[in-house]
Amino acid sequence: MHPSPPIAPDPSGVSLVVGDEELLVDRAVASLVAEAKAPGEAATPDQGIGGAADVRDVPAAGLGPGELAALVSPSLFGGAQAVVIRGIQDASRELAAALERYAVSAEPDMVLVLTHAGGAKGKALLTALTKNGIRVIRCAKISRADERMNFVRDEFRRLGRKADQGVVRTLIDAVGNDLSELAAACAQLSSDVTGAIDQPAVARYYRGRAEASGFSVADRTVEGRLGDALEQLRWALATGVAPVLITSALAQGVRSLGKVGAMPRGKSSEALAGQLGLPSWKIDRVRRQLNGWTPDGVADALHAVAEADAQVKGEGASAGYALERAIRRIVACRDRG
Amino acid sequence: MQTSSEIAAADSLSRDGADADVFGDLTGQQPVIAELRRAAGVAADVLSGRAGRAGRAAGGMAHAWLLTGPPGSGRSVAARAFAAALLCPAQGCGSCPSCHQVRAGTHADLMLVRPEGLSYGVKQTRELVLRAATSPTGGRWHVVVFEDADRATEAAANALLKAIEEPAPRTVWLLCAPSAEDLPPTIRSRCRLITLRTPSSAAVADVLIRRDGVAPQRALAAARAAQGHIGRARRLATDEEAARHREEVLRIPVAVTSLGPALAAAASLVKAAEEEAKSVTEGRDQPERDALRQAFGEGSTGKGVAKAVRGAAGALKDLDDRQKSRATRTKRDTLEVALLDLAWFYRDVLAVQFGAQVELSNAGREEDLRRLAGATTPESTVRRIEAIMACRERLAVSVAPLLAVEEMTLALLAP
Repeated sequence: MHPSPPIAPDPSGVSLVVGDEELLVDRAVASLVAEAKAPGEAATPDQGIGGAADVRDVPAAGLGPGELAALVSPSLFGGAQAVVIRGIQDASRELAAALERYAVSAEPDMVLVLTHAGGAKGKALLTALTKNGIRVIRCAKISRADERMNFVRDEFRRLGRKADQGVVRTLIDAVGNDLSELAAACAQLSSDVTGAIDQPAVARYYRGRAEASGFSVADRTVEGRLGDALEQLRWALATGVAPVLITSALAQGVRSLGKVGAMPRGKSSEALAGQLGLPSWKIDRVRRQLNGWTPDGVADALHAVAEADAQVKGEGASAGYALERAIRRIVACRDRG
Repeated sequence: MQTSSEIAAADSLSRDGADADVFGDLTGQQPVIAELRRAAGVAADVLSGRAGRAGRAAGGMAHAWLLTGPPGSGRSVAARAFAAALLCPAQGCGSCPSCHQVRAGTHADLMLVRPEGLSYGVKQTRELVLRAATSPTGGRWHVVVFEDADRATEAAANALLKAIEEPAPRTVWLLCAPSAEDLPPTIRSRCRLITLRTPSSAAVADVLIRRDGVAPQRALAAARAAQGHIGRARRLATDEEAARHREEVLRIPVAVTSLGPALAAAASLVKAAEEEAKSVTEGRDQPERDALRQAFGEGSTGKGVAKAVRGAAGALKDLDDRQKSRATRTKRDTLEVALLDLAWFYRDVLAVQFGAQVELSNAGREEDLRRLAGATTPESTVRRIEAIMACRERLAVSVAPLLAVEEMTLALLAP
């Protein structure tokens, strides 16, 4: 669905790339420009005058309407030209008006590619341009896990390789959520691994770099896996997760233990979901985590989290120490039960 | 910009406005009233030339005052009454134009500063100091009333030092704070200290009956529940919603018998505080935003308007931050009220456990009190009160409210 979107045969005119997934935007722009350079055939670098090679790439912020006119005016020597104007959400009012005017009467032989971050800023210009029927390519941020997995699978396919579900998941777990890094990892694996790309191969190149979040710390903590929890904590702090997010995740973890634990065991998780305001899969997971916990243990654990939160918010000298101490205490509360 | 809006937001001093004297609103503070009256008299002598600068200091007038007292005892009421007395040609007659203007918060020589956010910064304080140095337009005094001066940051307090040590000849500073210890010693030593006492329940009930027309029975119950906080007592007696919320809070001690109810109680406490904050801020945020946009020229036409409107973004962001800070403070204040209600409840439990002959704050819940008193030990009651106080401290250092309140309700668990 995303990478290199299909480009219409006639590349001239105005195209609009909307979205804030940088990698996809860059790819879309590059393919549009490549089409402009050499319609129908692969672009060759360094073409001379008249060889359809003129590409200019400018940011919209600070660009005046006069400069736009200069950019999009036809070349004296003929041939196609391409102009990329990035971030038109930052365009001044005058430039926006000039762009709207230009979009209805675009020059032939001139490829104008505009990019817009897609947010609420500069929305008026966006609607005005799309109303004119120009080509729109959407590169929305990929935020859902399954979309990200699709991206990685497509990426391997693009490179002529195959990867199964397990490989894709391991790779995302290890590399993280950044698309550029994922794409780079796919390219690396494709070029370095001979034969099938399988889980051991992925593990050989990318091991132990998993992104740690507050929740992964909290889950391991309430499950009583002290070593894993501390390891995750160090990872999380090293990759710049804010300590307050970790205490809030710990609080949520312990709180769910209390909430779910207080409910009768016989009730189904679906029935409890509405009552507790938690999704049913979460309730199932918390029920598994409840093993070994007593009400007193939960109360003491919450006390430890509250203390850590105060320390993290300026009462203590070291957030890392406060968090490690809280995790040790929580695990101890569990074992005590 | 902020100080002026805060100054303009001062509400009226009194409800009926018919009290003969500006000090009539001060309940149960006879010694303080006498001292302030004497000071206002000396101040008038200074103006008329009958007392020199030396006489001013000896006879009871000072250039900086610190009014302290428990919340609700009337610190700001006292400060404004004193301001009215200083500004009035007849030392606070309560009926002249000057007294009316003070009451309405529109007097040109009265600056009312009321920090609305979590703290009062050094930048605002410097502006305040500058404006406070001007001469009075009415020829009497220039009075600055700084409510909740304890919200001033350390840097802000330092910026005040010079101004309150040697103010302009006709400038008088009136600072209000819960206790003298809430301000740095450098400020304390430069002010004359006035301490208000907690008015008795009978005195508070009397005000409610006399001024708000509350039925005696209800007035007394509200006065006891509020423990000397006049504004809170009035609210409990006249606002059904506030009274209902208090009832809910007071059900917590008997309801928290195990983990589940304790967590649920914490969630509902925090939710109520959030809703309260929302209802308070909702009505004010949007009009403020609109007013600011309009001030920057939105909706008008002409040369340069577009640029000016774009320039509003920074100011709007500023306003957003202030509104957020105000919402957080409202939320904290609401939680604080609920926590104090709870603390008073356990104090009553303790009184029952020890058989102390004191006025119970929650006489209406005697059954609950006796049951808890019988089922728990005095030691555990003290521990519960300590947990409530610890929760207040947690909230003050910005611990997530839900987490702090949960920690507390879990500590309240009782059979």
